[in-house]
Amino acid sequence: MSVLILADHHDGQLAGTTAHVVAAAQQIVKDSGGDIDLLVAGQEVQSVAEQAAKLDGVNRVRIVDHAVYAHQLAEPLADLLVRLADDYSHVLASSSTTGKNVLPRLAALKDVAAISDILDVVSADTFKRPIYAGNAIATVQSADPLKVLTVRSTAFDAAGETGSAAIEAVDATVDNSLSSFVDERLEQSERPELSAARVVISGGRGMGNGENFKLLDGIADKLGAAIGASRAAVDAGFVPNDMQVGQTGKIVAPELYIAVGISGAIQHLAGMKDSKVIVAINKDEEAPIFQIADYGLVGDLFQILPELERSL
Amino acid sequence: MKILVAVKRVIDYNVKVRVKADHSDVDLTNVKMAMNPFCEIAVEEAVRLKEKGIATEVVAVTIGPKAAQEQLRTALALGADRAVHVSTDERVESLAVAKLLKRVVDEEQPQLVILGKQAIDTDNNQTGQMLAALTGWGQGTYASKVDIQDGTVNVTREIDGGLQTVALKLPAVVTTDLRLNEPRYAKLPDIMKAKKKPLDTRTPEELGVAIASQVTQLQVETPAERKGGIKVGSVDELVDKLKNEAKVIS
Repeated sequence: MSVLILADHHDGQLAGTTAHVVAAAQQIVKDSGGDIDLLVAGQEVQSVAEQAAKLDGVNRVRIVDHAVYAHQLAEPLADLLVRLADDYSHVLASSSTTGKNVLPRLAALKDVAAISDILDVVSADTFKRPIYAGNAIATVQSADPLKVLTVRSTAFDAAGETGSAAIEAVDATVDNSLSSFVDERLEQSERPELSAARVVISGGRGMGNGENFKLLDGIADKLGAAIGASRAAVDAGFVPNDMQVGQTGKIVAPELYIAVGISGAIQHLAGMKDSKVIVAINKDEEAPIFQIADYGLVGDLFQILPELERSL
Repeated sequence: MKILVAVKRVIDYNVKVRVKADHSDVDLTNVKMAMNPFCEIAVEEAVRLKEKGIATEVVAVTIGPKAAQEQLRTALALGADRAVHVSTDERVESLAVAKLLKRVVDEEQPQLVILGKQAIDTDNNQTGQMLAALTGWGQGTYASKVDIQDGTVNVTREIDGGLQTVALKLPAVVTTDLRLNEPRYAKLPDIMKAKKKPLDTRTPEELGVAIASQVTQLQVETPAERKGGIKVGSVDELVDKLKNEAKVIS
């Protein structure tokens, strides 16, 4: 039993979700005591490998430094993983847009199933995962020789950072004539990433328009929060899709989640109902969000938000 | 150029599912079914490419029971030219779906296949990537913009933290994200016309694909219900509770 994890990284930084994937891998090898290797593929990723080597439970970090992997395109990464996968019983990645893009491609190339978004490791071949927007949890068992899994990072605690794994270079380049990188536009923000934030404040259709989302800024600043949105707010064009929390967006589970002007559609609840404490602010006291909120405040958000900002 | 668009019959997105008493699966008896929302976006994009004169033919394909022909008729009413139904009553997992679609691709020889990024029943988010692997084509997943010219498709993808644009050599596979387009509603005359459009039925056996999966669903449970809490009367009370009771802010 041995696990290979595709590490998520960007701009020389290892993504925080990787530590959670390592924790899932530790559960997989718990009984058999197999090794956990981390694969860092990219261009000029030595610093990423050094960060990855600190994660507890990692046996070695395998680093592949080549321009073909620079933008984490699925075609070369899947080809690379195909070359390496024979040494492993499991290949894991986080349920990021990279992990979800690459791992199913790997699975099909290896003629095995992929299992998405695992929430729990029952045993080395049996996993729990959400279906129907998290309204049901399926337990699935794989008889494939290679298990290909994406991991919902919020469902696992992060592995510690006291380790010092060996870093080994792998010389493996592949050709990619199928796809090429054109450009990337990332939101520049001082705020934490939605999926890693300790506090998240999200706005819904009740915000009225995109301009009003600024009312969340001051509160987010004071709480060190990330700002999210419901699908309704995204569909209405208030904010971009990468702010979306829900079945079709990001899954978050912060210490504190504040839902503002969000009614609580099933698809939104699927993305945040595992938050530790949920606060709902809505003018409609019948809104379904109140059925799952720990603290509900009924009223006009345009009065409540400035008042909340002042009292924090 | 020809576009193949894959659609799936799923539970209507407004319906809340219930788990069966024996925990074998969710209960879909007498539940309203519809086309998966991301597939609607895929059909719309294909039809728009035809309206722009880029696509010459749009073929809709589905895999599923006889009733899934309803969703093919919907795709035809929205503007697809003809449809292929791969008929099976078995549960078909993503890899087998991708293999069946690969066979349809071999027969139809499209330049572009458009699929939804995920279906809202199993929430797998796999089939498009797997089809791209099996065909040996490039993949543009989570598309919010599709731009075709000179044997290339530029796909703007919704990734964590922003947008990424990739150029894919055609033929290629694209999967749709929410903001790619806003699907139209079918008009009554189009629904009537759709009934006369050609719809071929195939079987997995004819296509030479074994659909058995190595993954077994052992059990389905209802997640732990979260209990509602209390209503607070004021902002001050809320802040007090968060500080002193929940202790999540200081």
